[in-house]
Amino acid sequence: MPVDTWLSRLEDTSIATAVRENSVLFPWIECLHVLALATVVGSIAMLDLRLLGWVQRSRPATQVVAEVVPRVWLAFAVAAVTGSLLFSSNAVTYAHNDFFRAKLVFLALLGVNTALFSRGPGRRIGDWDTALRPPVGARTAGVISLTLWIAVTLCGRFVGFIRVSLIH
Amino acid sequence: MKNPGSLDSFCDWLKETRVSVLLQTVEWIIPAVQTVHILAIAAVVGGALALSLRLLRAKNREEPGDPVVSTLFAMIWGALPVLLVTGALLITAEPARDLENPVFALKMGLLVLAIAATLVQQASLRRPSRKGTPGGIRRALAVASLALWVAIVFAGRMIAYVQSL
Repeated sequence: MPVDTWLSRLEDTSIATAVRENSVLFPWIECLHVLALATVVGSIAMLDLRLLGWVQRSRPATQVVAEVVPRVWLAFAVAAVTGSLLFSSNAVTYAHNDFFRAKLVFLALLGVNTALFSRGPGRRIGDWDTALRPPVGARTAGVISLTLWIAVTLCGRFVGFIRVSLIH
Repeated sequence: MKNPGSLDSFCDWLKETRVSVLLQTVEWIIPAVQTVHILAIAAVVGGALALSLRLLRAKNREEPGDPVVSTLFAMIWGALPVLLVTGALLITAEPARDLENPVFALKMGLLVLAIAATLVQQASLRRPSRKGTPGGIRRALAVASLALWVAIVFAGRMIAYVQSL
């Protein structure tokens, strides 16, 4: 299988090997990954709950978006880099792990959800950002986002669980 | 390094309770509880980060914005009970892993400090800024409390990697 060959080669790179074999590197990279994902999920939750109209109703949605989005992008970048390093250390195993695959699918769906929102209700956010109740499109995007991020977190935890049941 | 006998026997006793046995035998329960624990951590980190950044950006004599600040404190205080309950379940499932682990002890110490720092911050923000806490202390508290929460996250993950010293 050509994909597995490529993944094997990735595992053999010096970076991947270092992450896998160095007893200090893997734990610290994983800690940073957890911190980054906690930042993403926690910050996005604030935005999603505002899109649902459940919190910070006195504040225009545009303000919440402006506050949250930059830190989410930064934290997501850290999560992606650390995640890639962790993935590379055992690429073949992770690639065949159902929970890891599901996690990638959910992340892709989150991308679609974000794109649809910015093209849809997000485009005219100025129209409804101080309204009592955000439009149904915004509320839907909020619910989908929250659900998918919870699913990503769950899958992420279960990746490690399946791989080696000792490490938990 | 020998553990005190009473701690050992407490861990042994806890491990034999019905709740503990259930948590240990149904394989998916521990990771599921950990997932809830992580989601609650996300609420604390998201809230604490938003709060600290807000306080750091606020001009010296201005209020940082009461309604938003109350929401952010609510996020942190709301998540803590969830963390305590899920944490207690995780300890019950594997008592020795946590209770006989120095990194866990460090995490608990940091947690006490983080809670104290958050309480002090909340109290300091209730007073009007003119007679209240000077901007410098407010900013130092903002940085310190965030740093503590970050350290707790790291300590929490490190528990699994440091079984004993």
